[in-house]
Amino acid sequence: MQLIERTAIQERIDRFKDQDLYLHLEMTTGAYASHLDASKHPAATFVTNAVVHYSLGSISGNGPYRVGLKMAHGWIYSEGLTHYEETDTERLILAGHDGQGKLVVALQLSREPF
Amino acid sequence: MERERHILVVLPHPDDEAFGLSGTLAKYIEAGSPVTYACLTLGEMGRNMGIPPFANRVTLPEIRKAELEASCRAIGISDLRMYGFHDKTLEFEDQALLEGQIGALLDELKPSLVLTFYPGYAVHPDHDATGAAVVRAIGRLPENERPRVHAMAFARDLEKAIGKPDVVVDIRGFLKQKLASIEAHRSQFQAAELMGSKTLEDPELQERFGTERFWTYRFE
Repeated sequence: MQLIERTAIQERIDRFKDQDLYLHLEMTTGAYASHLDASKHPAATFVTNAVVHYSLGSISGNGPYRVGLKMAHGWIYSEGLTHYEETDTERLILAGHDGQGKLVVALQLSREPF
Repeated sequence: MERERHILVVLPHPDDEAFGLSGTLAKYIEAGSPVTYACLTLGEMGRNMGIPPFANRVTLPEIRKAELEASCRAIGISDLRMYGFHDKTLEFEDQALLEGQIGALLDELKPSLVLTFYPGYAVHPDHDATGAAVVRAIGRLPENERPRVHAMAFARDLEKAIGKPDVVVDIRGFLKQKLASIEAHRSQFQAAELMGSKTLEDPELQERFGTERFWTYRFE
């Protein structure tokens, strides 16, 4: 994984539009959030291999970044993205890592199931 | 306060009007200026659900719509237009679509003054995207047909970039409308806590809420 380069991500978002894709979308505070800090509310959620199709999408912000993908009946939205997998050109692998390097948020798109 | 031919307010979320410009609008309305408020989303991704929670993700848009209507009644706005864009997505929307909808409002209303957020200095991406779309739509008009733009801004360190607000409105006489607007957004704000046992004449309340500030947007 390396730090997000906006133009590289935008190019991939454009390449993946107007087709059926498998989505992995995730956000987590970590299972130990409230064990380590009682004021934290532990929460996590993910959807994996949901089939989606978007017609318009972009990346914005100056880091951490946001991504929004417009579908026929709704949106895919993710905020807090910092890294991408530069070696994986067939899939879009985006993640947001916190100051300790832990994953907080992930947005992934692929033509094949994950 | 001078009477304006028509004032167009363009903001993304129900409640964006409450703290920043509800008093100014009430003051303009009292002076006889017609006001149209275009609210682009229903704030349906908000996290505040009331205390204790009385809204949920499914009911929040309808609840916020009703709160927005109540806020407009409190301020005296009779022309409220809700656009139904999805909360948090304005920066990702088809920008030509957004600009076109605002352009159509400008053509219809020919406002002399537009109130919105200052693009780049309004913190929330929806605020910035709204201000940017308004400024682009107005920028396309011939120079002599452009309304003035008074923009709200609250980014940190903004004065280094855009200076001090040049439009400062004393709304101490309109605190009743302003607090009623804040109070209307029941799911979002705990108005009773702001007021406590204070009256509208309370100096602390007047100091805290009695002034609204804007920056005139300059087209280059």
